[in-house]
Amino acid sequence: MRYIQRDSMEQRKMLETVGVASLDALFSDIPREVLSRFEPIGLPGRSELEVFEHFSRLAEANGAATGVSLLGGGVYDHYVPRAVAHVLGRSEFYTAYTPYQPEISQGTLTAMFEFQTMVCELTGMEIANASMYDGATALAEAVLMANRIRGYGRVAVSQALGAPLRRVLDTYCWAAGIEVLDVPFGESGQTRTESLPADVSAFVIQSPNALGVLEPLNGVKDRLGQAFLVVSTYPLALGLLEPPGSFGADVVVGEGQSLGLPMGFGGPLLGLFATRKEYLRQIPGRVAGRTLDASGAVGYTMAAQTREQHIRRERATSNICTNSALCALAATVYLAILGSGGLRQVAQLNFERAHDLAETLARRGCTFPFDGPFFNEFVVRPKDGAGAAHARLTAAGFVVEASQALTAYGVNDALRLAITERRTDEELRRVADLLGGTS
Amino acid sequence: MSTLFDLASSTREPAGGVVPRPRWTDEEVAARLDGRLLRRRALRLPNLPEGTVVRHYTRLSKLNYGVDDGIYPLGSCTMKYNPKLNEDIARLPGLTQVHPLADASLVQGTLEFLAELTRLLARIAGMADVTLQPVAGAHGELTGMFLFKKYFESRGETKRVRILLPDSAHGTNPASAAVAGFEVTEIPSNASGTVDLAALRAELDASVAGIMLTVPNTLGIFEESILDITAAVHEAGALAYFDGANLNAYIGRARPGDMGADVFHFNLHKTLSTPHGGGGPGAGPVAVSAQLSEHLPVPRIVRREGKYALDWEAPASIGSVHSFYGNVLVAARAYAYLLHLGDEGLRAVSENAVLNANYLQARLKNSFPLPYDRLCKHEFVLSGGELPNHLSTLDVAKRLIDYGIHPPTVYFPLIVREAMMIEPTETEDRAALDRFVEVMETIAREARDEPDRLREAPIKAPVRRLDQTLAARSPVLTHPFPEEA
Repeated sequence: MRYIQRDSMEQRKMLETVGVASLDALFSDIPREVLSRFEPIGLPGRSELEVFEHFSRLAEANGAATGVSLLGGGVYDHYVPRAVAHVLGRSEFYTAYTPYQPEISQGTLTAMFEFQTMVCELTGMEIANASMYDGATALAEAVLMANRIRGYGRVAVSQALGAPLRRVLDTYCWAAGIEVLDVPFGESGQTRTESLPADVSAFVIQSPNALGVLEPLNGVKDRLGQAFLVVSTYPLALGLLEPPGSFGADVVVGEGQSLGLPMGFGGPLLGLFATRKEYLRQIPGRVAGRTLDASGAVGYTMAAQTREQHIRRERATSNICTNSALCALAATVYLAILGSGGLRQVAQLNFERAHDLAETLARRGCTFPFDGPFFNEFVVRPKDGAGAAHARLTAAGFVVEASQALTAYGVNDALRLAITERRTDEELRRVADLLGGTS
Repeated sequence: MSTLFDLASSTREPAGGVVPRPRWTDEEVAARLDGRLLRRRALRLPNLPEGTVVRHYTRLSKLNYGVDDGIYPLGSCTMKYNPKLNEDIARLPGLTQVHPLADASLVQGTLEFLAELTRLLARIAGMADVTLQPVAGAHGELTGMFLFKKYFESRGETKRVRILLPDSAHGTNPASAAVAGFEVTEIPSNASGTVDLAALRAELDASVAGIMLTVPNTLGIFEESILDITAAVHEAGALAYFDGANLNAYIGRARPGDMGADVFHFNLHKTLSTPHGGGGPGAGPVAVSAQLSEHLPVPRIVRREGKYALDWEAPASIGSVHSFYGNVLVAARAYAYLLHLGDEGLRAVSENAVLNANYLQARLKNSFPLPYDRLCKHEFVLSGGELPNHLSTLDVAKRLIDYGIHPPTVYFPLIVREAMMIEPTETEDRAALDRFVEVMETIAREARDEPDRLREAPIKAPVRRLDQTLAARSPVLTHPFPEEA
């Protein structure tokens, strides 16, 4: 085995030191019945060359990778500056563990501190943790936190919340015994926030929502009373859009994939979690903090650990320990490479291209089930039906969701399209021709 | 230690150039968007040349210690070598440029390896079925607790609200049980460091949903009564959860399914060599016995008429625990590792992991007390409780850093005073183990003769010993921007 350097001679010498007669004797404490029931998995073992070529073939069998993606719904086909992969490829970062020994983990810890700062800047919040598994678990943990603090045992959730988020939220709430109340959306595609249920621990809303529509968060917090305003966001869009923190959000969560992560068939992803300072002792996950070393120099370490499970055990704020540190590093480097100017450019490009296409489609007679404002994703009703349009797009090499995907939101005969900065003028022309006909 | 924000150059002009310039003016944007929706205050992100940014992160990387730097004997974390082949596989554009909502016909390659990995993990566990959805060990635990809950709910046994846990359990176990809405009862260990069977039996009543066990336990000791333990749990109508953090001790040689596990979680980032990433992303697939299969998260990957597909039809499922299908690119690495190793390689993993641990244990017990002196599995626990000159385990850990070695897990498990939990893994050769022993012997000598060398350690790290109390007392969690004018 290439990863182990050991011959039988050396094994014998080591066994002598241990004082046992054979390798088998090292396992004499496992009950014989258990050992005798063992069955191998039936794999012969293959050379590196064979494994690499096997995977190359699997990769080639993914037609989606060479298609032109119009898919969104939480994960988007954004461009990642090449430098990000080069930094992430440094094995000092990717082969390290959680920074329990801060003196030899300053790289990871400093990057975590930068990440937290960037998440606060983007979301308009005061504190952020060093990441969660994904946007869905970040949201579920936000709701658990809100309910821990407010204790109503009920939460109100917008029906325009993306299905991947809602499914996970439902599972966590079922287990925790939290009742989930639906808040419908109207013809604009925006959630009806005028009358919200009382006595809930949180109101959960996503902007842009599952229909691509931007939610008017103005004044929502004032109508909530005690309830937490929990907003799930699309961080890349915040290069252009006013952050949820400005509208009084108590917790801002989001899927961070748009910040420098590949789509990767949906994992690994990056959960963002930001809130107000006063809830520091209640937040889930790791947090890096600034401190001093014995000589008075600035350094970083994990902070607020008394919330965590290795100290608090069953009274911990969450069970999460390992998170998405390397993905958080990717997001940090992505934002560092782009800077505020570059992020604003990327965000505006998304906005521009999506609106360009939507306006062309409107001119050619496509209709739009929702008229609310949007960022880079929208729902469109093609002239001759979604099924036929979907078939044409697919045949032309576009990767697009089937119209049935929208029935979860009560929408029929329509397609959801996401347009990122990667989509070229030529691609958008073809999409317009395939959906609206050549006018 | 400067951050990116300390580097901010005097130029305010955005560098740009990564993507094409937008075409619309601010007015054209504003014409399409309510002004209240547009960002008012500019982001405080520095605009720096690419070279400056790359140098900053290259410098940061050099302040880290990774498995590629040397032995990383962090107990319970299985810091084995992360093969480069697997890294390159996970970066193949055919695997990375795939959207999770793409039609199954366009992702047959990915679905194939996910299905194959699912099948192989079930065989490794000796159990009926596996979900790849959980993305970390603790997430696997939580999923397991959800499965327990659903199982009893579906049987109408709603009074089973308690989870039993040995006092040697990792802190995530009780936390996971609590997040899933269970109450936790701790079971004491006996003198040999394993579960006290009598104490367990005394707790097993109709209010118990199950037990969470780590096998071998966090002392590195195999529960020799494991079959009696699981039999007692099953007799009481409860279920057995096995934390798979320590699978490296017996992979390729024994299976949790044969020990009576109903739910078992893998840590792909431990046993199956995927890198830890500085604290994730990992992956925590969960294996279950046949009776729990119907409760697994949706969607399931299925094969129909020679094609792979995603199946959402599972009315008894707990639902989903992840946005999509778990950490797919981590699963790719683990699958590559399994393909390369095969059965023979897997057996060599546990054989050499256990040999290395016992070798270190035999040699180190002369220098540090070994509270449980017996055959260990892949790891063992020393005590720093008898160090001279009022020194502590923390001092030993920090002194190891000066010798260029990552310290073991310290102060865990809680049942050993001043614990040092050491797990060498199978990928360390004997020379690396011998050097570790020599350094530990030197530190033991220094503790006696030159205690200040320990007290002042580390002196060779990028920073001196950091004040963690200060970080806790007055938290500074974000860059303090100068007040705006």
